[in-house]
Amino acid sequence: MTARDTIIIGGGHNGLVCATVLAKSGQKVTLVEANQALGGMAAECEFHPGFKTSLAQTLYAMPQSLISELDLCAHGLEISTESLPLVALSPSGAHQTVAARSLNGNKESDIKAYPQYAAMLSKFAGALAPFWERTMPRVGATGLSDLMTFGKLGLKLRMLGKQDMLEFLRVATLPMRDLLDEYFEDDVLKAALCWDALAGSQLAPRSPNQAVLTLLNRRSGKDGGQHAIPKDGMVGLIRALERAAIQAGVTIRTDCPVRSVQVAGDENGQRCTGVELANGEILYSERVVSSADPQTTFLKLVGAAHLEVEFTNRIRRLRTKGYVARVHLALSALPRFEGLDSPSGRLIIAPTMDTIEFAWDAAKYGELPDEPVMEVLIPSLHAPSIAPQGQHVLTANVMYVPHDLKSGWTPEKRDAFLAIIMDKLEAYAPGIRDLVLASELLTPADLAAQYHVTDGHWHHCEPAIDQLLMMRPTYEAAQYATPITGLYLCGAGCHPAGDVSGNPGRNAAKEILS
Amino acid sequence: MSKTDILRNDPTDPYAGERLKLSYFHERESALNLRDAWSSWNGFKFADYYYDVHYEYFCIRNTCGTYDICPMQKYLVEGEDALVMLNRMVTRDLRKLRDNRVTYVAWCTDSGRLIDDGTIFRLGEERYLLTCGSPCLAWLRKSAFGFDRVQITDATEDWAALSLQGPTSFAVLQRMGFGNVAALKPFDIGHYPFRDTTLMISRTGFTGDLGYELWVDPEHALPMWDALYSAGADFGIQPYGESATNMARLEAGFIMPYMEFNEALKTVNFEYDQTPFELDLGWLVDFKKPHFNGRSALLAHKQHGPKVILTKLNIEGNKPAEESILYGDKKCSQEIGYVTSAMWSPAVKANIALAMVNSEALSGDIWAEIYYQRELRHHHKVARCTVQDKPFWSPDRARATPPELV
Repeated sequence: MTARDTIIIGGGHNGLVCATVLAKSGQKVTLVEANQALGGMAAECEFHPGFKTSLAQTLYAMPQSLISELDLCAHGLEISTESLPLVALSPSGAHQTVAARSLNGNKESDIKAYPQYAAMLSKFAGALAPFWERTMPRVGATGLSDLMTFGKLGLKLRMLGKQDMLEFLRVATLPMRDLLDEYFEDDVLKAALCWDALAGSQLAPRSPNQAVLTLLNRRSGKDGGQHAIPKDGMVGLIRALERAAIQAGVTIRTDCPVRSVQVAGDENGQRCTGVELANGEILYSERVVSSADPQTTFLKLVGAAHLEVEFTNRIRRLRTKGYVARVHLALSALPRFEGLDSPSGRLIIAPTMDTIEFAWDAAKYGELPDEPVMEVLIPSLHAPSIAPQGQHVLTANVMYVPHDLKSGWTPEKRDAFLAIIMDKLEAYAPGIRDLVLASELLTPADLAAQYHVTDGHWHHCEPAIDQLLMMRPTYEAAQYATPITGLYLCGAGCHPAGDVSGNPGRNAAKEILS
Repeated sequence: MSKTDILRNDPTDPYAGERLKLSYFHERESALNLRDAWSSWNGFKFADYYYDVHYEYFCIRNTCGTYDICPMQKYLVEGEDALVMLNRMVTRDLRKLRDNRVTYVAWCTDSGRLIDDGTIFRLGEERYLLTCGSPCLAWLRKSAFGFDRVQITDATEDWAALSLQGPTSFAVLQRMGFGNVAALKPFDIGHYPFRDTTLMISRTGFTGDLGYELWVDPEHALPMWDALYSAGADFGIQPYGESATNMARLEAGFIMPYMEFNEALKTVNFEYDQTPFELDLGWLVDFKKPHFNGRSALLAHKQHGPKVILTKLNIEGNKPAEESILYGDKKCSQEIGYVTSAMWSPAVKANIALAMVNSEALSGDIWAEIYYQRELRHHHKVARCTVQDKPFWSPDRARATPPELV
């Protein structure tokens, strides 16, 4: 039996970050990952010989402070200083390009409005930034640190000034459609600007809730949330995290799925004592930190028998259905998108906000959209090593695709849906079909199986207002500690939720060390 | 169609859907309900009293009476996980419960507030019967989530059940041919052949006296009643209703929903429900058990100590202190609690009450401000109260095994 301080379940970026921060403070840490490769949803997968990619593929939400704290650049992380623009593809060919502070748009009024819009988002994103990098206070707690956190957060918002604070409170839960209608006129542009507020969620442009907050969260990363692709793709980040972890002394075991979290009980109550691996081996530790999603952690690994009834039911009722499918194409050459010099940005195919809305309408009743909307990226333009020379990888995040298709997923349905997606791509990039060497469609159900994530949700559970902040994933587990002594959470199911930010992992480590 | 739903399904009745259900014993009970004093319990037509509250009360204490427990909620919890599922739900340790034994239990929310109390009958290693006053199926199902090998059935209408309470109850059963119940200790269960079926008899009840509960399939409800009443004719058998039950249970010190406690899941105001410690039921909470619902909250409640505690009071005079406010001084300047149930107890010959009293006031004087009327004239008085530890009524015969033959 090894003397060990902490076991981390899951080698995604949050698990790696948490493990490294703990190990750097002197803890003896073992990290176990179910898959062969580290990285979770950012792990590299080879979908066709010589063609590689990962589910998460751009870096935008990770704060510079974390990159510095773990010294990731010294561990080999290279991020291009060139950020990826957002391109609103237009069926007419009059595409518009959105950069950090400027818009190459079709309407004079939109071009003028964009800097104001971007400045408003930056200001609010800046005010919210402290929220993401600390443990949320417990409601009803009267301890000094909880009160201080409340105070600091309130102060930061108040320091916006009265007018801006009121404006923040007004827009924070607005549907994206309402917000964008206030600033812009062009339909294609508005649809594209929705994307980063909606991607990965159960929201459409007309949905009030967390859309604006998601956008602000995503813009609080390095360089104002501009998207960039690390050298070699996201695997470049994962390798740097792995090196940082190993240098800090973390023991990493891959291909090592966990069957259960071990809970012992006596007259002093229950406490965590380690994990049982799928092969029957027991790893002992008085502290276990799970980066698995909350339902997996509590309902599968711990089990309701060790939990309270109402808590269990809150975990069970979390909204966890993912609605993003992924398409991978191996291309023999770079496709030509009509009207675009180079397809080097994030290309949004969504002609109007209504197109997005109708796609969601279909999906929420278990149907496939007639006109899917998608974000297309050719990562091999930025990370040449992921495809054979001269050849390319194209990926598309396709919304909205139900995890549970009402009529059930069959190979025929996959093929038919992939054909619809190919038709869309062909319309914007004529001839692309002839370049396809291989293709695959991953439904949310496929993502669930591949990444061991309940229902294939990018963020483990919907980051809606009722499942955010001190309610994420639910009260009594929202400060990384759980009702089981010694068991903590550190994944996207915790505050401040998904994307490759590393904040849940770092916040959890800080909480454990505090 | 269930036999209990007979009134609800009359196609000629425009109010059919609103009618109360009828107990399996209704035919006999309605003939004896001379005053037509009906109220309802869990949707069943239910007698407040049949003839006279005090007469029925004295039958419980001096001869015997029957109380219809068909409307009481009954749930069968079965399967390999039944024990662990129930044991996580209730605060007592059920692993100690043997086959054919009954135990009194309470269950709480995550925050340690009392949802309800009831009894669990262990009918077999994987077969338990939970009984309680109010419907509880939703909570049982929530509590069963995550336990794959457990089936929960609402068995309320699968049994015709009758409580037989009072000093002559054993004699009646013996006359009926069930002399073997002599061997039953309190909280034991026995199974006896009756006609072409089996009668389950448990030595349980809600009166604090010698008594049994009789459980049979609905088809045998009336034959069982007739056999019982024929055997009981010489032993003063009499049906009693809700009012006499309420008197007997207060003497025994048992709590009643909406009197002593407000069910946590139905409580609106913050902490207007109760913890087991506030209800003086700390003995039901077994912290040796590593986990049960509400454990950590209950541990904190225990460590802080309850701010108020349910207390038995002996009150001077003979005016029942119903709904009285309690004070720490005779001038009534310092409020320290309130009475939840009160009565003049004929058996104990005392003016008794259950009351919620501030814990720190327990050691000082306790005064009750009592309002009463005499021929429409309203009066009030302030009466001294003394705390009593033991139940007001707890005769040896309630526990003697074999019971004495009266």
